[in-house]
Amino acid sequence: MSETNTVQQRNTKLALKLAGIALGMTAFGFAMVPMYDVFCDVFGINGKSAGQAEFTAPVIDTSRTVTVEFLAAVDRGLPWDFAPVVKKLQVHPGELHHVSFTVLNHSGERVVSQAVPSLSPGMATLYFNKTECFCFNNQPLDAHASAELPMSFFVDTQLPAEVQTLTLSYTLYNITDKLHAGVAVN
Amino acid sequence: MGAHAAHDHHDDQHDHKPTGITRWLFTTNHKDIGTMYLWFAFTMFLTGGFMALLIRAELFQPGLQFFEPSFFNQMTTVHGLVMVFGAVMPAFTGLANWLIPMMIGAPDMALPRMNNWSFWILPFAFLLLISSLFMEGGGPNFGWTFYAPLSTTYGPPSTDFFIFSVHIMGLSSIMGAINVIVTVFNLRAPGMTLMRMPLFVWTWLITAFLLIMVMPVLAGVVTMMLTDRHFGTDFFNAAGGGDPVLFQHVFWFFGHPEVYIMILPSFGIASAIIPAFARKPLFGYASMVYATSSIAFLSFVVWAHHMFTVGMPLGGELFFMYATMLIAVPTGVKIFNWVATMWQGSMTFETPMLFAIAFVILFTIGGFSGVMLAMAPVDFQYHDTYFVVAHFHYVLFPGAIFGTIAAVYYWLPKWCGNRYDEFWGKVHFWLSMIFVNLTFFPMHFSGLAGMPRRIPDYNVMFADFNMMSSIGAFGLGLTQLLFLWIVIKCIRSGPKAAAKPWEGAHGLEWTIPSPAPYHTFTTPPVITNENAHS
Repeated sequence: MSETNTVQQRNTKLALKLAGIALGMTAFGFAMVPMYDVFCDVFGINGKSAGQAEFTAPVIDTSRTVTVEFLAAVDRGLPWDFAPVVKKLQVHPGELHHVSFTVLNHSGERVVSQAVPSLSPGMATLYFNKTECFCFNNQPLDAHASAELPMSFFVDTQLPAEVQTLTLSYTLYNITDKLHAGVAVN
Repeated sequence: MGAHAAHDHHDDQHDHKPTGITRWLFTTNHKDIGTMYLWFAFTMFLTGGFMALLIRAELFQPGLQFFEPSFFNQMTTVHGLVMVFGAVMPAFTGLANWLIPMMIGAPDMALPRMNNWSFWILPFAFLLLISSLFMEGGGPNFGWTFYAPLSTTYGPPSTDFFIFSVHIMGLSSIMGAINVIVTVFNLRAPGMTLMRMPLFVWTWLITAFLLIMVMPVLAGVVTMMLTDRHFGTDFFNAAGGGDPVLFQHVFWFFGHPEVYIMILPSFGIASAIIPAFARKPLFGYASMVYATSSIAFLSFVVWAHHMFTVGMPLGGELFFMYATMLIAVPTGVKIFNWVATMWQGSMTFETPMLFAIAFVILFTIGGFSGVMLAMAPVDFQYHDTYFVVAHFHYVLFPGAIFGTIAAVYYWLPKWCGNRYDEFWGKVHFWLSMIFVNLTFFPMHFSGLAGMPRRIPDYNVMFADFNMMSSIGAFGLGLTQLLFLWIVIKCIRSGPKAAAKPWEGAHGLEWTIPSPAPYHTFTTPPVITNENAHS
């Protein structure tokens, strides 16, 4: 019956290999999380504009005008008012602009919020550069306090010609409870 | 050949088996486990069907008749989960257990003890899932696709039971799949080369590979949900830097291969039944194998066609649109081969053949609506409407379930040694055929007109189509009780079946007596070119 042993050994060996594939695919499932972020960064596709940009020698393309619209929204669970001071701007690619958003905390408690940006059309994300943004850090606000949050940006001169309007939307989330985790997104 | 062969030498009586409840609890016999899987699947089929009838009762007329919207949502969710993970997948695993060892001349599955585990954890998974319906806050109510943040931030407290039950189902499927692969690779009888295997074995082998590739991803995504809910992670939470769209990517990376997991074994069944009743060998055996493999391969690169409306860049939409349409090519090859097998055959129309032909026709209708949905520009109109519901019910009910029913009628004489009542089998078929179309065909129209899925109430303009669907659904549901009666009647009585009850049938399973003895092929048969399947 030596063959019995060999068949059983072969069965066990193959079963372990297949279980290895299953474990590998579990790891792959989790690896999809950083892969997703890398893909979105490289192709600029989910509207999350990249981190802080350096504003260098200005080359302004005055022949072209792009409309930039600003939207502000508050997630449920955050007792704040949040609105852009200017809703719409006409800009030339390469020009540095400064805009701001107002926030007001209705509640009787200190609340910390985090803004998450989304730019539309998504493919334009690679060409929208922020030199300064309140969304780079979380924003604490004391009870009933208000503030003006600054943001500076320029549109890259390489912006594809078919894009005439950019819509930048911010959503503010309440992260007071999460703060110990030390989150900071751009 | 395996450990069981060694034991068998000590048994005086070949058909010796343990008795009582312990036979079923401790069994490692592939036929016992196959039987348990099939009965479990049928129980879940009736459970999920009952939920579908509650849904259709509520939708019989516009307005809220019977249920709160939140209960309606739980019904749509749990109906989907029970049918996918409780009815279709275990039914196929049951067929695999019964048939694969007999078809390749093996004495049993390769890992019999694991086989026992993979079945016996399933009832507990579904006990957990269904018990969550009775908990405070209700059961899962976010759709069977459980998109974040509906299932994370806004999920009811019982969601954790749902998560744990998905873990158990996943473990069960992975163990079952490993067992199939090891059996097929290591226990084939001498001369049973890969390209001589019956197509049911081939399609199940490919299905098993899909299972071990994607069930772990499903386990991963529900684990991420669990940590998002309780352990402060932010995989799908935008506030913490995560992204709800990521959930859809990970889910559908599992979800699309999953839909092929639910259809490939049916392809194998049709490829066994159609040649038997056309009395001709299967047309294009090798192309069937390659077509099935290409479908499985393509299933990994089309997942985002489920999410055309999330705001993907144009390049992404085009890639997923063309890749999806490409799947129609190997699928078309298969349909062509089945039709060509029937072409000029000496066909007879016994119940298994009727279900198999209906499978080919109705699955093709589901395939066509799939091609329509694959077109990104028009998908924006179809997305999340009843058109989608019509599409996937056409590929699942007349696809997966008609396939399973055809298999049960075809192999039932082998399993229980008696012939079923042909008259009632045909009644079952014709009622199912009429009602399945009455239920799901009108959904194409209500969907195209804009009726959204997963809603308990709707605009009065959809009232007529919904009334037709509801009447069809009740007819379809009750007809399946007839199926239960036919099967029980066949097990208890009926004319004795010959070893090969179908004139045109091919394959090793027909060389052993009916009912199949408890242990078969303890001495492996030798397969030569003359007695090979194809």
